[in-house]
Amino acid sequence: MTAALTALPTAFEAVKVDYAAVGPMLVVVAAALIGVLVEAFAPRLLRHTIQVVLTLTALVVAFVVLVLVSVDHHGVTVGGSIVIDGPALFMQGSLLIFAVLGILTMSERFGGRSADAFTPMGAATPGSPAEAAADRAGYATSEAFPLTMFAVFGMLMFVSANDLITMFVALEVLSLPLYVLTGLARRRRLLSQEASLKYFLLGAFSSAFFLFGAALLYGYAGSSDLSKIASAITTANGDLEGLLLPGVVLTLVGLLFKIGAVPFHSWTPDAYQGAPSPVTGFMAAATKLAAFGAILRLAYVGLEASRLEWRLGVAAIAVLTMVVGAVLSVTQTDIKRLLAYSSVAHAGFILVGVLAFDRTGVSGVMFYLVAYGLATIAAFAIVALVRSGGSEATHLSQWAGLGRKHPVLAGIFALLLLAFAGIPLTSGFTAKFAAFAPAIAHGGLAGVVMVVVGVLASAVTAFVYFRLIVLMYFTEPTGDDVAALTPSIASTIAITVGALGTVILGIVPGPILDLAGRVSQFIQ
Amino acid sequence: MSNPYVPILFLLALGFVFAAGSVFTSLVVGPKRYNRAKSEPYECGIQPSPRAEGGGRVPIKYFLTAMLFIIFDIESVFLYPFAVAFDQLGLFALVEMVMFIITVFVAYAYVWKRGGLEWD
Repeated sequence: MTAALTALPTAFEAVKVDYAAVGPMLVVVAAALIGVLVEAFAPRLLRHTIQVVLTLTALVVAFVVLVLVSVDHHGVTVGGSIVIDGPALFMQGSLLIFAVLGILTMSERFGGRSADAFTPMGAATPGSPAEAAADRAGYATSEAFPLTMFAVFGMLMFVSANDLITMFVALEVLSLPLYVLTGLARRRRLLSQEASLKYFLLGAFSSAFFLFGAALLYGYAGSSDLSKIASAITTANGDLEGLLLPGVVLTLVGLLFKIGAVPFHSWTPDAYQGAPSPVTGFMAAATKLAAFGAILRLAYVGLEASRLEWRLGVAAIAVLTMVVGAVLSVTQTDIKRLLAYSSVAHAGFILVGVLAFDRTGVSGVMFYLVAYGLATIAAFAIVALVRSGGSEATHLSQWAGLGRKHPVLAGIFALLLLAFAGIPLTSGFTAKFAAFAPAIAHGGLAGVVMVVVGVLASAVTAFVYFRLIVLMYFTEPTGDDVAALTPSIASTIAITVGALGTVILGIVPGPILDLAGRVSQFIQ
Repeated sequence: MSNPYVPILFLLALGFVFAAGSVFTSLVVGPKRYNRAKSEPYECGIQPSPRAEGGGRVPIKYFLTAMLFIIFDIESVFLYPFAVAFDQLGLFALVEMVMFIITVFVAYAYVWKRGGLEWD
């Protein structure tokens, strides 16, 4: 013990930072900080426009920097806390694309002065005169854009975090803005605030689990560095062996919460329903991708040598997630809750790919996340358009006959539902194939069982989606005043990109599958 | 004294003795002028019970002040060790510290310009 204390370094040594490699993150966080200053100093009426231009420009610049550094900046940097490797770059690129689409849907104004999805004044009591006055005065929560950028920054860091401390900081940086964004819906304020509080409380709880697990793993390995944990596992150090499994379980619980795996999914339907629809779309696509990125890195780099001890447990969670997500989505009557339970089921499908423990599993998971994310952002952008009496018509009965009133919109939504169901010629089929095939090839008996359950659960969810398509096309409208608003160019781009991506990844998945396959090697 | 945790035990005992001793000393030598405020849980501040009418909402101003305090508290938490080891940390740490202070002041500028410092 005393030896360990005296062995601490006495001289300061500056960490080596490859600024180009972390460039995309720096661009995003700089834009977020400038966005806060815009909120402080820019005139109120200009803020929305400035924020949208600023965030979109920053995201494009970050993407360009990412592409440039992806050529020759692989490796560990910032004193070993950040690693830039193939999977990190692929997922950071996908995150930036999701962020662009998410910002586009969030910026939707429908001809008004401020973003339609966000409340004019988050601090006002719902329904109070103060809120009405803020609305009349043209207040707007354009803070949503810098908040989103902070979340994106956290996600970029999450998928490239190479030690548990960095991973935890990234987890908090990405989560805290999302809790706030969840509570900013313009309509159904109370529901939104409730969702925000639930998400925050359960999220804080899961962060504590992760932190406790990280502490145990540090106690086990003597380092929070993932590669050092990996080498500690392979050299097996006797009397501390009892710390490993609790540490693994607790860190995984923290991460499984973020992806909404059963039994840590209970926040998902509430948060997805209460959050503004564009935020829900962004959250579902980007948070899921970032959290799976962290799970992949933790499982493949840090804990792979001990996988026999916890793999079956996570496999049971995957099975449970698929079954519960699929079965409960059948009983839903609210479109956002339905999509939330479907996202739970999808988290289970993706976990099947994770547990393959093979490079093809990594590429399959990454492909699935991209396909699912594109479809999800577009789906929630469409949900935001369907209105009844000024607020979103989220009850399923209100969607009856939508296909007759708005054939194009309903057609695109039906396409996205087919993709969620995993029908051939959509991205959903290729993605499920890419995630399930490695589980059969490398997962042994447990892999086969998971895939069988996965296919059965897919059939159940397919029933849900087909019922919705039948509802839109073959049911008489209820006579309600349900109508879809005409989207502006921003939403149109987001929906179009999502739909095109769904079709292209379904018909010619080759290029993206190849790319995901080529970059699927983690730096150990 | 072979166990390095023994000093911590001593510190714990010292803390306990100090706390108990302070309470005892003030009981013995302190002036005793009782009034209504003295018998309340907090001499100043908001009473947590009984529950006030309207749910006992606390004005948001207190929250903002507390948040600002935390921002600058955390800033000084990092500034102290930096200042102590400044001579051996060099230019890199100075630049990092300036970046850190800039980000803190971005938050400060936001609160200031949006009226967070006005009490009424």
